[in-house]
Parts: sequence; C-alpha cells; structure tokens
Amino acid sequence: MVEIRFHGRGGQGAVTSAELTALAAIEEGKFGQAFPSFGPERRGAPVMAFVRVSDTPIVTREKVYQPDIVIVLDPTLLKIVNVEDGLKDGGIVILNTPKSADQVRGESGIKARLAVVDGTKIAVETMRVPIANTTMLGALVKATGLIKMECLQGPIKHRFGPIAEKNLKACSRAFDETQLVEG
Amino acid sequence: MSRRVGIEVSLAVAEAVGLCDVDVIAAYPITPQTHIVEHLSELVAEGHLDAEFIPVESEHSAMSACVGSSAAGARTFTSTSSQGYALMSEICYIASTLRLPIVMAVANRAISAPISIWNDHADLMYARDAGWIQLVSENGQEAVDLTFMAFRIAEDKRVSLPVQVNLDGFIMSHVIEPIFLPDAQEVKQFLPPFEPLLRLDPEKPITIGPVGMPDVYTEARKAHDEILKASKPIIGEVFDEFEKQFGRRYKIIETYKIEDAETVIVAMGSLSQTAATAIDAMRQRGVKVGMASIRLFRPFPAAELVEAIGKAKNLVLLDRATVFAGGEISGPVALEVKSALFDRGLSPKTANFLVGIGGRDVTGQNFEEMVERVVTAQKGDLPPYEFINVRE
Repeated sequence: MVEIRFHGRGGQGAVTSAELTALAAIEEGKFGQAFPSFGPERRGAPVMAFVRVSDTPIVTREKVYQPDIVIVLDPTLLKIVNVEDGLKDGGIVILNTPKSADQVRGESGIKARLAVVDGTKIAVETMRVPIANTTMLGALVKATGLIKMECLQGPIKHRFGPIAEKNLKACSRAFDETQLVEG
Repeated sequence: MSRRVGIEVSLAVAEAVGLCDVDVIAAYPITPQTHIVEHLSELVAEGHLDAEFIPVESEHSAMSACVGSSAAGARTFTSTSSQGYALMSEICYIASTLRLPIVMAVANRAISAPISIWNDHADLMYARDAGWIQLVSENGQEAVDLTFMAFRIAEDKRVSLPVQVNLDGFIMSHVIEPIFLPDAQEVKQFLPPFEPLLRLDPEKPITIGPVGMPDVYTEARKAHDEILKASKPIIGEVFDEFEKQFGRRYKIIETYKIEDAETVIVAMGSLSQTAATAIDAMRQRGVKVGMASIRLFRPFPAAELVEAIGKAKNLVLLDRATVFAGGEISGPVALEVKSALFDRGLSPKTANFLVGIGGRDVTGQNFEEMVERVVTAQKGDLPPYEFINVRE
C-alpha cells in the first residue's frame, strides 16, 4: 500500500488532487481511498488531504501518518509546515516551485528524494489560473509511476467537463518538466 | 450488471436511493450529510429520478413531510446528522409508532457544544429510544447495500417501521472509494413496489395518529415493541435474500478472527475497519484477538452477540459517544453488551473505552493499547469506562 499526503492552501484544490489520484487508481482496477483532513475549509489556510493506493482492499480508516509520498502545491508552505513529517525512509517530496531542486534543498533542508516542477507557471500558461492541483498530478505520475496518465483522463474529464482538456495538457506538460533528485 | 465506480460515499448513497426509485425526498442539508441531499436534488432536477424533492425549512419539517408522504403511500427518504436529528427527533418518535417505513441515512456526527461538525455516535445514541430500526455500516459498499436493504426491511408488511442507515460522518461520508453499484433492474428485482399497510386516501378516509387515552396507550407502546422485536428475524431474511442476489454476505453481528480469540473487540461503525488492521498486526505477534461488530443496534441483537463473544476471556467494548452517567456505569454500547452477558450468567473481564469523540482520530496503535490494557489489568481494577487518546 502506498500512502500520500497532499499539502495545499484552501482553494488550491488539494482535496480534488487527492480524489483524482484515488479515482485514477480505481479506474485502473486497483483500490484507492481519498479523504480530506476534515477541517473547516478556509481559503488560504494550510490544508491537507490523504490518499491510499493498494492492490488489495484498503481497510484502515486512520489518517495517513507515515506517507510514502508528500505533494506540496504551494511552496510558501515550506516555511510553516514540516512537509517531511513522518515521511517513510526512501519516500519522496514532490514540490511545486519555480526553484531548482538544489536550491530548494539548500533553502528548506529537505533531505528526502525530491521532485520539482514549476506547476504554477504551467497552470497559468496553460489554463490562465494559478491553480496547480491537476498540474501536479503530472509530476506525481513522472516521479512515482503510482498511477497512469491514461487513467487520469476519465476522472479529469468527469470533474472538469469543458476545461478538462486544458487540465490534461497542464498535467502532461508537468510530466515532461518534472526534475527528480535523489536524497 | 453492477459496475465498479470510484465515488464519494455520500454520492453513492444518493445514487442508491435513486436506484430504489423513491417517490418523495424531504430533507434539509447539514454537515456531514449535505452531499447526500445535494446529489439527490441534482438527480431530481436533472430528470434522472422521478421523485418529489421537498426542500423544507428545517429538519422538523423534513420528518413531518416524510410522515405525511409515507402515510399517503409514497416511498420516502430523508437524511440528517447531529443537530438536525435533534431538531427532528420529536417527529421521529411519531413516525415509528405510526409504523411508517421511512428510510433515513444518518451521517453520524457529534452533538454541540462545543460546536463540532465531526464524527461520533452522539446522534445514533440520541435516536436509540425512538423505536426505529438502526442499521450501521462500516464502509461505503455497506452504506449503499444497507440502503437497498433498509427499504425492503422497512416496507415488509411484517415490519412496517422506519429504518436508519448510519454511516460515520467524514470518515465515510467524505471518502472516495471503489463501490459496486447495481443497475436499476437488479434493484427493482430485489425491492418490490411499496404497498402500505394503510394509506391516507380521501376516497376512503381513515385517521392515523389520534390521541391514545390511558386505556390504549400502553397497548400501542407494547405493540410497537413487539413489532420491533419481530423485525429481527426478518432483517436476517433480507440479509440472506440480498446475498442470494448480489453475493455480498451481511450478518446482524459481524465477526473477524473470533474463533480462537481470547480477547474480543466489540465495535460499531467504521471503527471496525482500522481495528481489523490492528488485529492482523497483533495476530502476527501471536496475540489471540478478534472482533465482533454490531451491524444492528436497534433492535439490539443480544443473543447473536453473546453467541459470538460468549467464550472470550477479555472484552474491549468501544463507545463513540459520551454519556453523562456519572462514571459508575459504562457507555451506551458497553451497557447493552454487559446487560446481554449478565442475563446469560456471563462475566468476562471487560474494559470500556470512549474513543473517536468529536472527530478524534482512532489509530491502529490505539487498538493495540486498548487490548494490552484489558489483557494486563486485574479484573476488579478496570473502571466502568475510560477515555483514551485525551490530552491531560
């Protein structure tokens, strides 16, 4: 079983990202579970969402405390949240940032494996909105292979309707532009 | 044919209600039940479900409208949580003694104060004495399946009582998971058309719900109690019929690795899911632990429960609601369990834990600690109940 924690700010779509990840896993025939951190949703406040993906039925309902993957939708969160909290050995942090991986490592002290992509720039250029949630799923696919790009298509089309194509384009561009650095 | 979909549990419950081809939905939105009602209003507005959706001004009105529509012979659904249940509770007692087979999904939530939108079983316990059948689900598939079965149980002429389907708020209601949804034809085959015992009909006027003078009130209450008692085997029958058609087995008391268990956890609702993973972990270390989970809270299946847990040396009894009983008797689920055991002359070592109150997470580690506590404590040393996972 692989466990993921999404960090974002209210309004950035962390919950939607988590849901789409689980839906893509289920579409592939795997088992997926996605849930928010159940707080009052306040725009701009730090929020979390959780995903589990497994080849066998997922039974536990506790929160994710020891993720394999952490996805950070907003680089400003690095100053206020320890995104590596509980991260398993060999785990990976996937970060939306305009900076290079080396620069991030130097500034934030993140020791884990790192994948970076300028998701906000891609989102603005592709969709004209600074919301990188679906964009960052492209980085997740590239960095981990946990879900398949083709399995994201159905859930993204269902969720976004007329703007799904742009979301898929942003997702695919993030896949191409994500850089991976070992820990 | 059933299809496997990834879906939020609330939406799946709404889809299930739609597949039951309800005639009337009267409901008021309240967190965490909101998505159930929202999605039903979408299904009606978009023409997928031919039903009357009554957007009432309060839960009191919701249940009042449900009483009217069910008495007129319409298949009727509503849903609520917490304060919403508190507001409608006056009418809930009326719906049950009037034998109106309304189905209600309750996305379980704590009751204020402090204001809490998060999960516990305070509303389930608030509803305990209202004379309804209370079914409890542990995951999304069960919430969906129990919705189909709830209508069939409620509308069975030998029962004709309202039924609650409880699902843990947020922990289930807001989770995306894979769920098998049958098609409308399959549900139609399982659920025959609703034929009420009596129907409000201007052509053949009757009175439903008149005053009960002292010479009939006791008889009316006893009749209600008798019919609730009589519903238990019929609930079992419906579980069997469901299995025959859909292949998924439901039991009034579910068990997990209980055959040789010295210590048994008694859980209700989604707690059983995390508990099962903790049991697997403890079993790997050789701890003989198992679980019984309560699928039916009213009528309370004392005989089935004792049959399942009667041989255990130690019991971990879980309550997900606070009771202000003064500390000298146990929490509500534990009280039922202990009463059932006492009536059969059994007195294993028991510990009662109040867990997951107002949205506090319950982890696998917590279950291991609770099992450890009951195994290591001396029988006389355990208090009637204790909170765990509390900051002191």
